[in-house]
Amino acid sequence: RDFNERCAQCSEVNWGVTDGGRFYCRSCHNVTERTREVVNTDFITNSRVQTISKGSRKQEKNDGGCEWYICEGFQLVLKKQAEALEALGVCPQMKDEILCSFWRCYLQKSKQAYCKRPAGETVKALSVCESSTDVDSDPERPSLLHLLSFSESEGDLQTDCSFASSVSKVSENTSVCSGSVDGSLYLVKNQKEKLRMTMPMTLSFCYMALLWVREPITLSELLRFVVEGHIPYLNVFQHFPEKMKLCGLDLKIFCVESWPVYEEVFNKMHELAAFLDLPRFPDITESCFLHPDMLCMKYLMEANLPDELHNWTCRVVKKIGIGEVDFLTLTPENKSTRKVKYDVLAAAVIVVVLKLLFLLDDRYEWLLSEFAEERNKNNPEVPMFYSGGPYFEFKKWYEVVKRSLDVEQKKLDEERAKYLWRCEKPLFYSVKNKSKVLKRRQMVVNLQNQFGKLSGSVQRAEKPNPSSFQLSWSEENTDGSCFHGHSLKGILQEKCGLLTAMNPDYWLCTVKLCNEKLCGHLAHYREVEFPQSYHFVVGLFSFLLRIQPSYIHDEVCMIEHKLFNKKLYKKLKYNTVLRK
Amino acid sequence: SSHEHKLNFKRSKEACLSYIQDALLQKQWKRAAEFLTCYVESLEKDYSREHIGPSEMIWRIGTEILWHHSQSSMKEFNCFMEQMKTLGVKRYLKVCLEHVFHLLCNGQIDEAYQNLSLAESWRFGEQTAIQDKEMKLIQAYRGLLDYYSWSKQKNILLENGEDGFSDLAVEQEMHSYFRKAAVNLKEIIKIPGVWDVFVKCYVDLLEFYGDHNEAHQVLNEYAYNSKFPANPNAHVYLCQFLKRQGESKKSLISALKILHDIVPSHELMIDFNTMLQKSKKRKKRRLGLEVIFAALDYAGWKENAKAWSCLARQVKQIVISDKHLNWIKQEWNSRKDWWPAFHFSRYLAKRNWQENKSLSYEKALVAGILLGKDCKYFKYVSHQGCKAQLKRFRMLKKFVNRHNPAYLRISG
Repeated sequence: RDFNERCAQCSEVNWGVTDGGRFYCRSCHNVTERTREVVNTDFITNSRVQTISKGSRKQEKNDGGCEWYICEGFQLVLKKQAEALEALGVCPQMKDEILCSFWRCYLQKSKQAYCKRPAGETVKALSVCESSTDVDSDPERPSLLHLLSFSESEGDLQTDCSFASSVSKVSENTSVCSGSVDGSLYLVKNQKEKLRMTMPMTLSFCYMALLWVREPITLSELLRFVVEGHIPYLNVFQHFPEKMKLCGLDLKIFCVESWPVYEEVFNKMHELAAFLDLPRFPDITESCFLHPDMLCMKYLMEANLPDELHNWTCRVVKKIGIGEVDFLTLTPENKSTRKVKYDVLAAAVIVVVLKLLFLLDDRYEWLLSEFAEERNKNNPEVPMFYSGGPYFEFKKWYEVVKRSLDVEQKKLDEERAKYLWRCEKPLFYSVKNKSKVLKRRQMVVNLQNQFGKLSGSVQRAEKPNPSSFQLSWSEENTDGSCFHGHSLKGILQEKCGLLTAMNPDYWLCTVKLCNEKLCGHLAHYREVEFPQSYHFVVGLFSFLLRIQPSYIHDEVCMIEHKLFNKKLYKKLKYNTVLRK
Repeated sequence: SSHEHKLNFKRSKEACLSYIQDALLQKQWKRAAEFLTCYVESLEKDYSREHIGPSEMIWRIGTEILWHHSQSSMKEFNCFMEQMKTLGVKRYLKVCLEHVFHLLCNGQIDEAYQNLSLAESWRFGEQTAIQDKEMKLIQAYRGLLDYYSWSKQKNILLENGEDGFSDLAVEQEMHSYFRKAAVNLKEIIKIPGVWDVFVKCYVDLLEFYGDHNEAHQVLNEYAYNSKFPANPNAHVYLCQFLKRQGESKKSLISALKILHDIVPSHELMIDFNTMLQKSKKRKKRRLGLEVIFAALDYAGWKENAKAWSCLARQVKQIVISDKHLNWIKQEWNSRKDWWPAFHFSRYLAKRNWQENKSLSYEKALVAGILLGKDCKYFKYVSHQGCKAQLKRFRMLKKFVNRHNPAYLRISG
């Protein structure tokens, strides 16, 4: 790395190391007689990735660090995440076979390893010597100042300037502005084709592997576990070995300051699946957890809705064909099909069923509720063992669920405000500001201690155990707050041997679906236009899935359009109200 | 924002701040501390684009919490302030100053003085020049504390009276405090601003050492220099000074006139009217009437017997001399629509009579002249007075009756 002589043949200074440990010029492949000692062959403890075929480069640097590549860092991250998932009960094959195959395949395809010419050699490392004075000279080489859009904490007047000047001492192969070898390369934006690795993408990898082995964990759950701290994400670089020093641009890559967004992880996952040329994923059948019938069951329970509604969700699923294997199973090469969000889909099915049975126009459901209340009053001792439980009263359900939801939402909001993002391992952009960073850290710790003592008796609670259910309702409660066993009798009727809803009407969320590719959504969810009950129900699932209500709304629209397909193509006089 | 799912560091800290704010407003110090504990890590992140950065937030919020929290001690408070001083060099002097204020509020004068001295000796490159204003304030407050020490020494001296020898040390000290105080106080009052405390102390020093010219100068500047923000107190101080010094009536009157223009309801207006009434010049007496009427426009003087007696006296004098009734007419013109309800209602007549007979007497006189002998107020009070067989009320009744034509001329 420190070899700065010009090549005898081409006068370039662009050296790599062959397998034999000799220096060779990357531009013209002239091999020199100079060799390099191999110090340590055993760098990464789980050697999933063979050493980058440039050769061993484990010469120790002065500060006790060693050279490492960004993808090695990500590999460590994935390893940690997979281990955490295994601890949560995921099968070991996911980590040992699936995830690491995906990862290897990715490295190969993105030419970071497992191939003859690693990516680094074709792009010169940023040579700052030129760009430090004339920033705009070469549009393809973003200046480091531009990349480092951090500046130091306030009161420090000199950082940006001092940083730029220290960086200009860089030799062309290594960039001291990152601890890793290729940190700066990673942030160069013109690498669109190669699907550059990011922190959110690690979750895409995990999700993809989980989907392949069909583990009973949805993407929203995965993300929730990440936020709750059961899966390393936020400060995962803490677990990097001592020798892997992070600084400068590495921080931009590995330090996240926001929680992963469902959409982003989801879309990346599909991009990745296509990029890796994966075949059709294992089938999602009716017995799979991710099948809408199963997920609906789970969500119905969590939403404290009567079990009887499950018949209806299954009927809807069947009618519109979203329970079919071909619909549910991911086929990466098939780019035109809409990708399935299993959790959102199931939630949306429930919403549609509720609309079918209760209309949810802010009037009808309350009317039905009143009838149910009357009937319940007149039959105080409804036998629990046959013909179902008491009549389901929407009003009571709403009150009970709303109360719990408000409490949980309040707790969640407070937790989010109290979230601690920093960790013990200090981060610095350069060795120069290390002392300043450490001082700041010390002050933060002091202040935390001082005010922590004044916070009263409650210290920060332990991480709650990961659980699949956020809201739980017990049938043993005598206060009648559990609605699982309640009956839909009052709102159903028999017609031609088939049970149908008494509600004859239905209102569509939207008459026309938007083009998702153009405006990002199938429909537009604006608070003012829909009934409050609808908002409540969508809001409930929005909370459970930790996803924007508009995504659930989109799925609802999609389902409705499939369901009322025929009727929509007739000429309608009244836009929104249909007779079933 | 319960549906904000895109959560990042910045939003999380914003939410944290709003929880802190709520807690502070509801004086829930423990809860505020709880959230502040989570907020402090913002120090490790760059906020240079924000208007107020985390270090300032933490300083201000932390100060509030530590000041009010039941389990917090002065020791902790001081320790916290020291940390805050190191946080932002651009704010160093401000933090010092605020720390000093808190110490003073807690009665720790010596510590405050030490802190001020320390701050005064602070130097930090170009920041020293940038924070020049704060430095002046620090020096001014140190001057103030020097004044306080001077004042203590002075009192010791005065108490001990004629006991000569042992006072020499005290006297020396006193003079040295004077010098220190004077230098700093003089500096700060040069800068346009509201410096009531400093001005008063400085003038006190000057007067004690006999430099009346300088004192007069200072007060004039403070009151009349247009660069200084308008400040009624400045005029009051000047007037008080002029009075103390026994200055010519002329200068006192002109100073008081300006005060009347700015603050017609000021308490000095009563004396002002008294002074003006005695004047031989017609214009002055006219002004006097204007001044007293203006003062009584304000609710604060409604029940003040002295104010009413001034007005009554002047009205009586005018009526008896039968000259310048038009003065009263002029003053009454703009007031006749609302003064009756404001001052002379039947309810007030009853109340005044019950609570303060002198007040009712004076008011009745005025009412009788302005509203005539048949007005509610006069009728009630004079009736009550005569019933109680109080001589002056009988005299009052006679007087008003006799001078009813005056009323007619005023109201006509």
